[in-house]
Order: sequence, then structure tokens, then C-alpha cells
Amino acid sequence: MTDPTVDDLTENRFRQLMRSPTVRAVASLAVVFLLGVAFNAEGAFFKWGTHRDMLRQVSVYGILSCGMTLVIITSGIDLSVGSLLGFTAVLFSILSIHQGLSPWLAIPLTLAAGTACGAISGALVARFLIQPFIATLAMMVFARGAAKFISGGQKVSTAVQAADGSYQYVEVPKVFDFINSAVLGDNITVVTILFLACVAVSWVILARLRWGRYLYAIGGNEEAARLSGVPVGRVKVFAYGLGGLFCALAGICQAAQELQGDPEAGVAYELSAIAIVVIGGTSLRGGRGSIWLTLLGTVIIGYLEKVLSINAVGEASRLMLTGLIIVLAVLFQKRQG
Amino acid sequence: MPPENDENRLLLEMAGIGKQFSGVRVLEDVDFELAAGEVHVLAGENGAGKSTLVKVLAGVYDDYAGRIVLGGSPVRFGSPQEAREKGIAVIYQEISLVGGLSVADNLFLGRERTGRAGWLDRRSQESEARKILAGLGLELDVTLPVDHYSLGVRQMVEIGRALSVQARVIVMDEPTSSLAEPEVERLFELIGKLKARGCGIIYISHKMEEIYRLADRITVLRDGRRIATGKTAELPEDELVRLMVGREIVEQFPERRGLPGKVVLAMRNFSVPAAEGSSRLAVTDCSFELRAGEIVGLAGLQGSGNSELLHGLFGSYGRRVTGAVELGGRHFEVRSPAASIRAGLALLTSDRKATGSVGCLNVGWNVSLAALQKFSPRGWIDPAAERAAVRESLQKFRLKAASPGQSVDTLSGGNQQKALLARWQLTGPRVFLLDEPTRGVDVGVKHEIYEMMNRWTETGCAILLITSEMPELLAMSDRILVLSRGRIAAGFSRGEATQEKILHAAMAASPKAA
Repeated sequence: MTDPTVDDLTENRFRQLMRSPTVRAVASLAVVFLLGVAFNAEGAFFKWGTHRDMLRQVSVYGILSCGMTLVIITSGIDLSVGSLLGFTAVLFSILSIHQGLSPWLAIPLTLAAGTACGAISGALVARFLIQPFIATLAMMVFARGAAKFISGGQKVSTAVQAADGSYQYVEVPKVFDFINSAVLGDNITVVTILFLACVAVSWVILARLRWGRYLYAIGGNEEAARLSGVPVGRVKVFAYGLGGLFCALAGICQAAQELQGDPEAGVAYELSAIAIVVIGGTSLRGGRGSIWLTLLGTVIIGYLEKVLSINAVGEASRLMLTGLIIVLAVLFQKRQG
Repeated sequence: MPPENDENRLLLEMAGIGKQFSGVRVLEDVDFELAAGEVHVLAGENGAGKSTLVKVLAGVYDDYAGRIVLGGSPVRFGSPQEAREKGIAVIYQEISLVGGLSVADNLFLGRERTGRAGWLDRRSQESEARKILAGLGLELDVTLPVDHYSLGVRQMVEIGRALSVQARVIVMDEPTSSLAEPEVERLFELIGKLKARGCGIIYISHKMEEIYRLADRITVLRDGRRIATGKTAELPEDELVRLMVGREIVEQFPERRGLPGKVVLAMRNFSVPAAEGSSRLAVTDCSFELRAGEIVGLAGLQGSGNSELLHGLFGSYGRRVTGAVELGGRHFEVRSPAASIRAGLALLTSDRKATGSVGCLNVGWNVSLAALQKFSPRGWIDPAAERAAVRESLQKFRLKAASPGQSVDTLSGGNQQKALLARWQLTGPRVFLLDEPTRGVDVGVKHEIYEMMNRWTETGCAILLITSEMPELLAMSDRILVLSRGRIAAGFSRGEATQEKILHAAMAASPKAA
């Protein structure tokens, strides 16, 4: 046996580098970006507006993914995020369009409702030891029902039915327009800024807060964490509650973008959120991962969708391709690990 | 093939074995041989390369240098299945049975017996399973799930599985680390039977008693090289230890230096139920006192309740326990691990992997986990304070981690244990509850842990110690309490305790082992 040669060493360094999940996520992003450059749809990909729109379109998913990341790090899962988005979108629309509540009241109320729903999921998991999959599946069904219940199964829009059955159009609340607008010289949408704020908040929680550290410890080895004095139950309620808060924020954004509260909104969004987290490289086994990975995952999915749509790939092919690419991305993550 | 000379028939020959992990050599030019009817002990410190050598043999790694000759013909296994088919059985430290499946299903896992049309032939499996286990002197209901049985029985089932594939070479990697005394006896008897049948056994252990009881030959590995191979009779214990560590270890146990002071922990009629809502007690009416600077050893057979006593006191079972506890002269109500840590208790559990380290987290986070509150009084972690405390702690424990950012999974067993001890020291406890603190740890680290225990008692801490290694119990305890079926059966001072007295007391009240 000879000493490792210089080639070996560089090879090792490359491998070591590729072992970092962040580097792998960035590599995936680069691949998708290069695809965009190659298939630029006659230069459409090089316009800033394309990128701004991509960010706007993916922001709602991104907000959901932030909460999903916190929950997945505890080695849990939250299937209720799509339904909670629908429920809170409807709730927010009723409060601000029909009830005419000021956004200063409607927003906190909606956020509180989302947080409460998330916390209930968390309590089912932590206190009654129901598996996260089952507990949040129940919440998913329940919240969809609640969305239909409070909306009477109708979309909650600016067309308000009066007592005599006729429709009257009310004005779109200003807050809807604001959330839907772009700022900084029309360069970035408010929704995107809200998404980035969620990323920042999640980062602070995971990197700087004691309870954030506890999320990792619980995901890595729950029993060891408990015996080290981690209040496992409360931390889980905290994680799912925060997830619910992010859902409510996503619901508000969704309502603003659609100018209505659709009780059917957010169907299957939980799957997109999980896909984003996984493509980013956060392990479903828990204990590992970071919010940066989820940010990268969000942008990867965003560009993927955008590249496919500017090249006018039909929805059917788009879905099939997306499925394929999720598998490839995850395989890529796995092979190196 | 006529067996010309059964005594010396060579079963296995490994020559010039080398193995690297991304450029780091873990095995270099190792020769090893095994004769039929022989127990060949592989000795060495943690990280000496014993497990890697075994994994090369078992087909876990196929990119090794050197050659393996099995029963006269050269082999090169591409997978564990291939090795198994050629008659090599490995019994790892961690039991690899599927808990929810029945004993019979486990014995035939991966090579189920099927009748026509591929249906499982349960009945033939079960009768065959009974036959195999009877050969080991084990009468079990093979239709019950494996979970139903004790660790010791599970280990025997695991061995039964190895035998049922007609293994010629059997590797046992610290098989007794989770067994109690009577079960160990049974295992040793079994090893005798296997030898008589002409099997060769490669045995890995850190326990001197076992090595000298079982071994025909001993091979010492150090830093991935073979240091020596010799007949057991020609390798006295101190020589073996010297070869393993590569330096002289003057005495195995340091002298106990603590001086008992005031009572720090007093328990009266302390009882722990066996399970939630169960009326059966795992610990019944235990009363004793523990003084500052004192180490009290808890002895007892497997299932005697001493582990449950520590867990019950620490709050692992919540408020389910009964009895009065005084800690530092004040009434202490058992509530939760978090409350116990605040009150100055620390519990090192016996199962490092399952209930100790958080494998995927880095060393630093593992060390600071239980004391995190100190570095985050308002919930915000002060990274500088945390880093400083962790670094100091790692130095104090001479923990050989490349960096605090390294994942704890990648550390050797001894260093993982040090990380956990560092975790508890950082909480500044008054009473350490240590459940098997030196399990699966090499001689050098053991010594360091003993020194650490001495230092703790010198600073006024008290220790409740559980250990299944008699010499350790006798050398480190100032007093020994023997538990039997959940009750304190006897107490001995340091001077009067002997191995015989302790075993006698431990077994006196207990029923014949099932």
C-alpha cells in the first residue's frame, strides 16, 4: 500500500465538500439554474421580472416549508399545513371583507387561530402520544371541514350576498392590495419579503434559541433529550404551534393573492412543503437540517417550475417531470451521504 | 475431507489484512488464524481495529487488502449474506433481532421455510426452532414475540440463529455486555459445547475475567496492527494489558480517596412500580443514606431493580414513585428529569446509544445539552459562553475529538462515554447516578473514569454506582448495597465485602433463574 497521492487528497477534499448538505443543495440549485440558462425561452429567463415572479409564486410554499422544517427536525411531520392555509385564508377573508375588520385586528386573530390549530396538533402528539402522521392527518381533515363550515362552502370574495339574495360588490380591503404589491422599485413582492422574514425567524429559533436546540435534540434522540432535562412535550407543542402560525401567514398571503378566501385553497400543499424540505436536504429522520437548506429547496422548486412554465411545458408533463426530479434530487443527496 | 488432526485443523486464515477509510489506515498487515474447537480472543483498546477486522471477515467491507482462506479455500466475500452462507456467523454487541416478530420467525428471518406455492410453513419452522433452542438448553415458547424475553434470552436466540445456519466460525463481539451473571454462565457453557462440536470462536471482550476463562489463544491489536498472538497461559494479565495500551498501567484501580461527609441523599421506603399502573414493584421499600464524598455501589443480578432505582429517583418515570427522599437536607419531590437536574442529580444511563448520546448532533451540543439553561438564562443561547464551557470540559476529560463540531457518532465508545460524563459534570450535580459508567470502554478510558469519580467525591459530590464488573464494584465502592428482587438484601462496608458474599446475597432471595 502506498501513501495517498495528491490526486487522492483532492478527490477526498471534493468528496468531503460534497458531504456537506449545503454544498449539495447549492449544486442542485446550480443545475436547475443552468437548465434555465440553457432553455431560456428566447431570453425570458434573463429578465429580472421572471425571477421576481418565481419568488412571488413560491413564497407561500416557502412560508409553509419553514414551519415544516421545524417540525421535521423533531422527526415529526405536519400534514395539516395545506388545510390550515385554506382555513385561515377563509377566516381572514371573512374577517376583513365581510366583517370589515381592520387588518390590525384581522391579522392577529387569523394568526392566533392558525397557531391554536398547530398547537392542538402538537398537544395530540406530545400529550396523547399520537403519531405525528395520524395527529396531523386528523387536523388536516378537520381544518378543511372548518374552512367549509365558516365559509358555507362558498368562496369568500368581494361579492357579498345581501339578505334579499342579490350580490353586492364591496371594495377590496387595502391590506390585500398591500400584501399583493411589489416594493423597492417594484423589484420584490411583499409576499416574498414575508417569506424571507419567516426564514429569518426560523433561523433565529434554530440557531440562537434554547428551544431551537431542543428541537434538534428531540429529533436526534428523544429519550436521551428527555433524560437530559428537555421539556419534550412543551417543545413539540411549540414546534407545531409555530408551524400553525406560519400556515396562517401563508393563508393571509394566499387570500391576498387570490382576492378571496377559497375553502378549497391549499389542497396538497403539504406535499409540496415536504418536497421542498426534503429537496433542500433536511432529513425526514429528524435531528439534522437547517432553514438555509429549506430556503435553497424553495428556490430550487421555484426555478424548476419557472423553467418548465416559460418553456410552455404542459401541466401533465410538468407534474411528471417534477416527480422525477424530486427522486433524482433525493437520490443525489443520498448517494453522497 | 477426513479430519486428520481435529485439534489443530485450521478453520480460517486471514493474512496481511489491510483496510483504509478515506485515506486513514485502520488495519495494516494483520494476520489472524482460527483452529477448529478454539476460542481465539481479539483484545485491544477501543479503536484498535477489532471490529473492523471482524467486519472484513463478515463481508461488510469488500475493499480490503490481503487474503482470507476459509476451510482450505481462498474466499472474498462481497456481502454479509455471502459470508453467512459460507458458515461465518457474527453476533454483534447490539442485538439484531426484530422485536415484534416471534422467536421462530426471527430464527428463520431471510431464509423462511416455504411450502408449495410459497406459503410460509410456520409449523415446520416452529418445531425446528424448538429443536435448535433445546440444543442450547433453552425452552421457550417460540411463537411469542422476541420482545417478550429478557436481553439474555434474546442473546441466546441470536446465537441460536447463528447455529441454525451451520456456522463454523462464530464471532462474538462483547456478547456479555448486556447479560447478568447467570446468563453469562449459560453463555459460557454454550461456548464449551460449540467448541466440542468443532466450531471456531472469535471472541471480543474488554473483561479480563472472561478473557482468561475462555481463551485458548489471544491476539492483541493496537492501532490497527497485530502486536502479539500467544497461548493464554503464556500471556499473563499484566503483560496483556501492557501490550494492549502500549504503556505500563501500574494499577488497574486508583486508590479511593473520598472522605464521607454529611448526608446528601436520604431515601425512606422508596418504591418504584414496574410499569405504569402496575401493582408489581420493581423496587420495594428501599431505605438508605448517601454521604457527600461517598461512593455507594449497588449490586444485584439482572432485573434486581437497581437500574430502576436510579431511574425512579431521577424522575425518568415521573411521579409514579413513592416514598420520601431528602436531597441536601431538604425534602425532594420526584417529578421529572428536568426538576431532578435542577435539584443537583445527574443520571448516566447504561445504554449509551439508546438513552445517552444524541448520535447525529455534534460533540459540543451533546456536552452542553443538559446544562443549556446556564448558557441561555432568557432562552437565548450565548454561543461564546457555551463554546468556552464545552472546550474547557473537553480538555478536562481529555476527549480526543477533532473538533467540538464533529458528530458524536464518529467517536469511539470511550470518547462518547467521556462526552456524556462531561455533559453531566457541566450541570454541576451533587449526586451522580452512574449506571455502568465503564461499559464497552477500554482499559485506558476506564482508568480515567475512575480518576474522575475520585475527583468528584473529593469535591464533595456523592456517587451511586451500578456496575456488572465485580472487581470495579469492589474497588470503587465505599459501601455496597445488594438488591434482590427490588429489595435491599444486604449491605457491606468496603472492608467486609467480597465477591462471594455479594453474589450470595444477590441470589439468596431470588428464585431460580428461569
